[in-house]
Amino acid sequence: MYGKGLRALSISTVVAMTAALTLVFFYAPLEAEQGFLQKIFYVHVPLAIVSLCGFVLGGLLAIAHLRTRDPRWDFRSYVAIHMSLIFGLATLITGSIWAKGSWGHWWVWDEPTLVSFLIVFLLYATYQPLRFAIEDPERQARYASVFAVTAGAFVPLNFIAVRMSTAFLHPRVLGSTSNLPGPMALTFLISLIAIALLYATLCKYELTAKHTRAQVRALRRRLAGEESGRAGEGGRTSRSAAPSALPAGSVGPRPAGQAARTAGYPIKGHT
Amino acid sequence: MSAATDTSPASAVARDAGAHPRREGTGLWTTVRALLRKELLVELRTLESVPGMSLFALSTFVVFHFALNRGSVEGDLAAGILWVTLLFAAILGVNRLFVADAEQGGFDGFLLAPVDRSAMLFAKALTLLAYLVVLELIAVPAFSILLLGPPIGPALGGLVATLALADIGVAVIGTLVGALAVQTRARDLLGPLLALPLFVPIVIGAARATEPLLVGAHTGTPGARWLATLGVYDLLFGLIAYALFDFLLED
Repeated sequence: MYGKGLRALSISTVVAMTAALTLVFFYAPLEAEQGFLQKIFYVHVPLAIVSLCGFVLGGLLAIAHLRTRDPRWDFRSYVAIHMSLIFGLATLITGSIWAKGSWGHWWVWDEPTLVSFLIVFLLYATYQPLRFAIEDPERQARYASVFAVTAGAFVPLNFIAVRMSTAFLHPRVLGSTSNLPGPMALTFLISLIAIALLYATLCKYELTAKHTRAQVRALRRRLAGEESGRAGEGGRTSRSAAPSALPAGSVGPRPAGQAARTAGYPIKGHT
Repeated sequence: MSAATDTSPASAVARDAGAHPRREGTGLWTTVRALLRKELLVELRTLESVPGMSLFALSTFVVFHFALNRGSVEGDLAAGILWVTLLFAAILGVNRLFVADAEQGGFDGFLLAPVDRSAMLFAKALTLLAYLVVLELIAVPAFSILLLGPPIGPALGGLVATLALADIGVAVIGTLVGALAVQTRARDLLGPLLALPLFVPIVIGAARATEPLLVGAHTGTPGARWLATLGVYDLLFGLIAYALFDFLLED
């Protein structure tokens, strides 16, 4: 169900990425002060924007989950935040490289955007530990959604607070696209679209992969149930408890005692 | 906080039920008052949180003295030490806040009662606020004796205003985070990890507001801008917590 349109999306991502990189290296003019180094801007800033939008998107999807109680919204929210975390890490690394190149330090505290990004990243880094420390799947989804909404609202608040705390020491030349010269603005825009498409494609791949894996697992479990149903006291058993905790390949022969206890037990929805 | 602590709890409940006939059943504030009374009574009898928090703050000042190798501090350094200590001590309280409810069936009892679930948020936030006020009544004088260079007297007015605004934010966020973390396996670890990034804007506002109060001979006033930041942050997080807290309580 998540696989629909995946090929078209992948192809358009590849096209957009190629176009963006071509523009970055062959079309966009060299910046007067920073020279070639400034080109990291076309990767770093779109990564940051997409990652932050992804965090907020995760919060919105979590609101949908809390309103409808449909676990699929929580699943989407999880994937959005997971992918944003990866993009966030890439943002921090590219930002650090840029800072080292232009200011000579790997990290500068004067740059409010960088600092707020780190705080947001540290907060979201607790999303998965929180999620996987809760066993009950329904409660896990609910608590993760509450976290996602809180953190999603925290993103803009934190940016405002950190921006306030720093006097504008560095002139914000790259604050918005409006003061960029034409070719640079165009390149930036195409890069932004390419990175956004990359985000969407990777999210879709993750959704598809996780969904398919769950389906395979369910089918395998049904098959195992069928076998144990037929064989009476056959080796394979099926238990519905905590399916998510089970790795895909681990449904196999159980110890004899457990098999004897559960074998032949009628599986719900299957006769 | 004072509304509930200084009245005799039993009479407060009785009077509230009698004096407000327009409320049928149990009103929100009756519930809040009853829960708050329970919390403070439990704390008074067990002394689990506040003494630990205060002792932690005192030990931290000693650690700062040796770590910085300084007899007295002032200005931004003083503000930083004060706020780091207070926030870490607050996190100890946050970690303990819901443990009894989760382990000894407090949540179940509350959920069985036909009352508004937001009452738990208000009661717990007020409890944490009360803990923080007591903590600061001990930690701030201790700080001024042990570490602070300039006299604290002239700074007191501004300091109280900053502390009050910051405490509200810490109480609200702490309650939300405490409720989130308490149902997890690694609650002692996740509580601080979740709380610290959310406290960063409070640190920014509070430390910047406190800084001019603790310099040299003449003290300034806390920047209105920072107090306003704290106030807005408190308000927004209050709304977020109010909107989300109910979801943490259904089982």
